[in-house]
Amino acid sequence: MSISIHSISKTFGSYKALEDVSLEVPNGSLTALLGPSGSGKTTLLRIVAGLEFADDGPGKILFHGENVVDVPAGKRHVGFVFQHYALFKHMTVAENIAFGLSVLPRRERPNAEEITHRVHELLGLVKLDGLDKRRPHELSGGQRQRVALARALAIKPKVLLLDEPFGALDAQVRKDLRRWLRSFHDEIGLTTLFVTHDQEEALELADQVVVMRNARIEQVGSPQEIFDRPRTPFVYEFLGNVNKLQQPSGKVQYIRPHEIEVKFAAEFDPREDRLAVVQHLFSAGPIAALSVRLDDGQFLEVEISRKQLDELALSEGDQLALHFAADLVP
Amino acid sequence: MAYQDVTNESKPVRYLLIAATFGVLALFLFLPLAAVFIEALRKGWEIFFASLRDEAALSAVKLTLLAAAVSVPLNTLFGVAAAWLVTKFRFKGRAFLMSLIDLPFAVSPVIAGLVWVLLFSSHGWFGDFLQRHDIKIIFALPGIIIATVFITFPFVARELIPLMESQGADQEEAAVTLGASGWSIFWRVTLPNIKWGLLYGVLLCNARAMGEFGAVSVVSGHIRGETNTLPLHIEVLYNEYQFSAAFACATLLALLAILTLGIKSLIEHFSGQSSHGH
Repeated sequence: MSISIHSISKTFGSYKALEDVSLEVPNGSLTALLGPSGSGKTTLLRIVAGLEFADDGPGKILFHGENVVDVPAGKRHVGFVFQHYALFKHMTVAENIAFGLSVLPRRERPNAEEITHRVHELLGLVKLDGLDKRRPHELSGGQRQRVALARALAIKPKVLLLDEPFGALDAQVRKDLRRWLRSFHDEIGLTTLFVTHDQEEALELADQVVVMRNARIEQVGSPQEIFDRPRTPFVYEFLGNVNKLQQPSGKVQYIRPHEIEVKFAAEFDPREDRLAVVQHLFSAGPIAALSVRLDDGQFLEVEISRKQLDELALSEGDQLALHFAADLVP
Repeated sequence: MAYQDVTNESKPVRYLLIAATFGVLALFLFLPLAAVFIEALRKGWEIFFASLRDEAALSAVKLTLLAAAVSVPLNTLFGVAAAWLVTKFRFKGRAFLMSLIDLPFAVSPVIAGLVWVLLFSSHGWFGDFLQRHDIKIIFALPGIIIATVFITFPFVARELIPLMESQGADQEEAAVTLGASGWSIFWRVTLPNIKWGLLYGVLLCNARAMGEFGAVSVVSGHIRGETNTLPLHIEVLYNEYQFSAAFACATLLALLAILTLGIKSLIEHFSGQSSHGH
């Protein structure tokens, strides 16, 4: 089911959390809301879920064309996974997952047997078979996360919303779970919107990335588009390492460290190359990072492969030629 | 010494602190408690039981139990509602409401009693109205209950507010998105999370409801066998130099205190167990 967000604004007192935000989340997509804290991404997610209400005005939220602004959260059929999971501490894993089914009105509620069956199905889906009798405090962070996911899926939601799904996990678990979630999404094909402040996570996981800043959407696109063709300086800087070069005209150029071609100083072509001197070399790992000083005194970060570093046989103080096409961002 | 915790004091200092603490406890808590029981039994068990079986004593016990039986459930209800309101919603006047909840702690019980006299006695603001409709509040059971409710109002709310504040609304919000109604959220999510704190609040509320003296003393009128609660009955006996009888009744309140402490440690034990690992 697609989600369409039309000119949604939200103010908390005098603080503007969202300003006239519009966004299309295509059916079946995995979309990331990416931005620094305070950019409004979580507020937007909560408004979609119905946990927060947009300011009065022309704002609309459509689920598959149907306006849900006046539909209470419990009737929107939204699966919501909270940043800290919000599992019911006093219930077992099975009771947590069954909660959404057990609070259905009596005539819609499946019988106990059906609920147990569904719970085991979901436990299998999130790869937690056999943990049904555990309590949340007996689980690891990654397991709790998946219980929260199974609980959200139990109500057969039309859309899945995840608030910083990996925020509270340590680095290795994060990576594993991220890949798992991607393949999981491909398997069930549920329209999913998730919030993150980690650009790597957004780029690796999502089909569509929405970069937010100061209550507004800065850019929407595929990870490739966002990374290769940032439309604003903010997006450029937020999406990973970038060099800023001051031009004599006063304009600023942006160049990613890996987009700079490195050559022997002897191959220097004065028409399109720049000369530089190696200041520092960081060569631990598959990618070597060079810190170089250009002929006009500005510094650049350059990334080349280990192989190329060995071919060039560079050391600190050497001269080299750089070739790059820098972007000018309005 | 192979190992010493940097935050630990040296041995003599530790022993001195422990001895001082026990000394103070013995002097101010244990000694008076022992005195109550010794005085009560000074003239033997027969007098002791006779003073408890005395008609006025029995009626005082009954009245005390009745006042607690009404005011504790009421304040449990009020306390949960107030804590829910204050912690789950942000609204204008919230801070003011929170200090208002504390008011009964801040006001002297005598004033709290006098306020009701001012309002409901025959010369009070509503005195004419009450007299015309033949309703008796002051110097009667309703006054005693009103005073007890007022005095014990903060206990449950005060216990729950910090607890619910620290838990946040995450679990309730999760329940909302899963389609639960407000009613089932309260019974199935909120209440299980606060049950030990609630029980603790109810316990303290009950202890105070049964032990309250000041405010109740003002509104009761001290009518023997009618409007004397247990603490008031003890005072009356004491003023009449019936020391053994006074202390015999006092043992009931002392036992209530001991029982309260016992249940309190049980609650702490269980709540500690259930929150283990969170």
